[in-house]
Amino acid sequence: MTYIAKPKFHHPSLKKNELGYTHRDYEGKISTLCAGCGHDSITASIIEACYELSIEPHRVAKISGIGCSSKTPDYFLGNSHGFNSVHGRMPSVLTGANLANRDLIYLGVSGDGDSASIGFGQFAHSIRRGVNMTYIVENNGVYGLTKGQFSATADRGSKSKKGVTNTDNAIDLVAIALQLGATFVARSFSGDKSQLVPLIAAAIGHKGASFIDVISPCIAFNNHAGSTKSFDYVREHNDAVNRLDVLVGRDPIAVDYAPGTVQVVEQHDGSKIALRKIDADYDPHDRLGAQTFLAKHAAKGQIVTGLLYVDPDADDLHAHLNTVETPLNTLGADTLCPGSAVLDKINASLR
Amino acid sequence: MKPTDIAAPDYFHKVVDCQWACPAHTPVPEYIRLIAQGRYSDAYMINWKSNVFPGILGRTCDRPCEPACRRGRVEETPVAICRLKRVAADFKDDIKQRLPHPGPKNGKRVAFVGGGPASLTVARDLAPLGYHCTVFDGDPEAGGMMRTQIPKFRLPNSVIDEETGYILDLGVEFKGGHRIESMKALLAEKYDAIFVGSGAPRGRELDIPGRKEAAANIHIGIDWLSSVSFGHTDKIGKRVIVLGGGNTAMDCCRTARRLGGEKVMVIVRSGFEEMKASPWEKEDAIHEDIPILNYMVPVEFKHVAGKLIGVTFQHVKAEYDAKGRRNLVPSGDPDQTISCDDVLVAVGQENAFPWIEQDCGIEFDKWHMPKVDPKTFVSTNPKVFFGGDAAFGPKNIIWAVAQGHDAALSIHKMLSGEDITERPLPEVHVSSQKMGIHEWSYDNDISIDKRFKVPHRDKVVALKDIKTEVELGYDVKLALGEAHRCLNCDVQTVFSTSLCIECDACVDICPMDCITFTHNGEESDLRTRLKAPSPHPDQDLYVSSDLKTGRVMVKDEDVCLHCGLCAERCPTGAWDMQKYLIEMTHAGSTCPTKSRSAA
Repeated sequence: MTYIAKPKFHHPSLKKNELGYTHRDYEGKISTLCAGCGHDSITASIIEACYELSIEPHRVAKISGIGCSSKTPDYFLGNSHGFNSVHGRMPSVLTGANLANRDLIYLGVSGDGDSASIGFGQFAHSIRRGVNMTYIVENNGVYGLTKGQFSATADRGSKSKKGVTNTDNAIDLVAIALQLGATFVARSFSGDKSQLVPLIAAAIGHKGASFIDVISPCIAFNNHAGSTKSFDYVREHNDAVNRLDVLVGRDPIAVDYAPGTVQVVEQHDGSKIALRKIDADYDPHDRLGAQTFLAKHAAKGQIVTGLLYVDPDADDLHAHLNTVETPLNTLGADTLCPGSAVLDKINASLR
Repeated sequence: MKPTDIAAPDYFHKVVDCQWACPAHTPVPEYIRLIAQGRYSDAYMINWKSNVFPGILGRTCDRPCEPACRRGRVEETPVAICRLKRVAADFKDDIKQRLPHPGPKNGKRVAFVGGGPASLTVARDLAPLGYHCTVFDGDPEAGGMMRTQIPKFRLPNSVIDEETGYILDLGVEFKGGHRIESMKALLAEKYDAIFVGSGAPRGRELDIPGRKEAAANIHIGIDWLSSVSFGHTDKIGKRVIVLGGGNTAMDCCRTARRLGGEKVMVIVRSGFEEMKASPWEKEDAIHEDIPILNYMVPVEFKHVAGKLIGVTFQHVKAEYDAKGRRNLVPSGDPDQTISCDDVLVAVGQENAFPWIEQDCGIEFDKWHMPKVDPKTFVSTNPKVFFGGDAAFGPKNIIWAVAQGHDAALSIHKMLSGEDITERPLPEVHVSSQKMGIHEWSYDNDISIDKRFKVPHRDKVVALKDIKTEVELGYDVKLALGEAHRCLNCDVQTVFSTSLCIECDACVDICPMDCITFTHNGEESDLRTRLKAPSPHPDQDLYVSSDLKTGRVMVKDEDVCLHCGLCAERCPTGAWDMQKYLIEMTHAGSTCPTKSRSAA
């Protein structure tokens, strides 16, 4: 069993972005995940989003934990920084990296096992602190690497491949993220790139803790009848509240939707999100409303997707800590550690 | 769009661009794979069956396959298909035992006028079926223009002898030096069928002032080449002008360089780019220090006391009218006279049938060409068939071969009492190439090598001897490298709608962005909604029937690498790589079965 590398040839008339890169230039190594894995579609969506945003690969740090999902950073942005950390410890490594160098774009890639079980606490605190990052959970509801046991996000009542019913309650990471104060919260589906790609692009442009829960069917262990994270189930129960287009560096394009159905949200980096409402009553700026909406629909067995909450004026951890604009890793030792005289002065001020 | 009917033999045939473009429909990727495996004899036999003269064509073919090659749309240059054919011929073992044996005679006699590629192809197809084939040719040896007009430094006699020999050894009677002077007399000999493959033997004249007076030093290209070929001509003046821009002109100038021509130049009416000569033949001529001057129209042969001293040219430029037609109009520059000792006129070839009497039942059209059915190649006399240059004017060897196969089928059907207009369908085999996970029975790892150059003999050595072959052919190592460049376009991506779960894995992995899942629409609309631009509308879209989500799978066949990654990443086997082999129907083929082993 040998893999061939993905051929270097690309479509001769492939478009290039502002940097002169094609989307192929944002790829990594060839995936070793199972054929058809939803995670590969998320990989492709991250590639597409970074290509569309014309991100310089060296400005991205991709950080992950352990699991099928956490293998994926090897498959995209082959020229970016990366750190494959300990199981469940992606958030603390990312937080540390972010504190040391606030200039990079941080992509935290995790799975339901990595974030809802072993790393649940880490997940909670990184969100709570408002670390400026895009935290993506590739959520398939099972432990794929250990052959398909239920994970903490598996819905109660759903069935395993062998027919066993899950009796535990599910953790809804989106609900938790909303509760813990994430300032950009979305849910999407690996099988719907037209929704997922703009969400990732918008999350990258957001300053603060962005969280995207991506339901990503596990072909090998969780794509059967009775699963609530299969392609068929998600397609049947997907309730998208909105669709969005990310507009970089230009005015909103004239959109031919009915008046009042498009809402433009301006982000910190100057990009704009054009939100096309599908559910007319849904307000993505209302945290409490979002929580209620989610709970109501979850009770009906519906999977709410789209941009669920965004605070365009959010702050991040660096603002909370009042750190300098210059990344700490570029400051000299004498600046970072100004010596005992300064320490004495600080101590004196506290007496 | 309607779902693509992949059961129609032509659909996948078109995807194999090279085979589709080849008049004889040679299964190119199939023989290239055999070359890569070192199975040269097998590769040769595939060619022999399909194009009859692999060694000859591997040196001289006009290669309609190469401009069509998908590789040329993916990177700069196509696979060197033609020269790989030569590799099969160069490295094969003795294949005589694999050739058909002359069957028991069926008592029917077929006469052939001309012993060139068209006639020999017909004879090759008919002789094993028991027909008594008699080939008449004015020249002493078989081969026709392949022997008389193509210089030996491009095509050595040994290759012609070998490949014409394979055919004559099938029990074909060859009557060399026996020119047919009367169709009526031939008809009177009561052959059951007559095939006319007499080529386009007359070089076009250039009737401008001075032509008659300076005739001693003005030669018609193909006649002169033929004379050189038979050793009647062995020298030419030091300064030679070749008029004309086709491959004959290229052969003339390069031959002149070897017979004492020191200052040889080619002068053409048209622009350099529009010349009819194949680009590689122009390159070879230029490499031998032969300049090609363009946009110059010869207006007069200058002569003094019956001796040619030069040619006067008018300078022209191209102007295009509203319909895009090109006109050559005087550029206004003063006429130029270029002095020379000899002129070779290679401005075209014509058919000539002075030997076909008017009352033979063979009708001619207003251009003095016989009326020939383009499918069956029968003339208005049901027993007389035409093929090759004799049928539709000057083309290349590979066309003569393709037409020969079709004419042979017609003759066989006619003499079997069948309707010759009913043409049997080609035989098609489709079979999965999957051997295991990530394992295919073909090499799907795409080579990114650029086209390998065919080694040439040193110019100084090559120009000394007219019989020394210039091209040396690929060695085994170069051949392997070049063979690996083939994209295996005959290993088709076959999609099963019912198995697809729309997981997007194929879309994500496809290196060429060929695959799109979207809502159906008209072709013109669909082409605008594909994942990558679709610049070649002549390349088909492969469209599935409706999937579960109501979308369809659309694959633009244009630049598919046939790497099989879509099938490797497909979790349900909705994509499979299946080898498509199409064999054209030749005379005596068994009745083709319509069954397909898969899909």
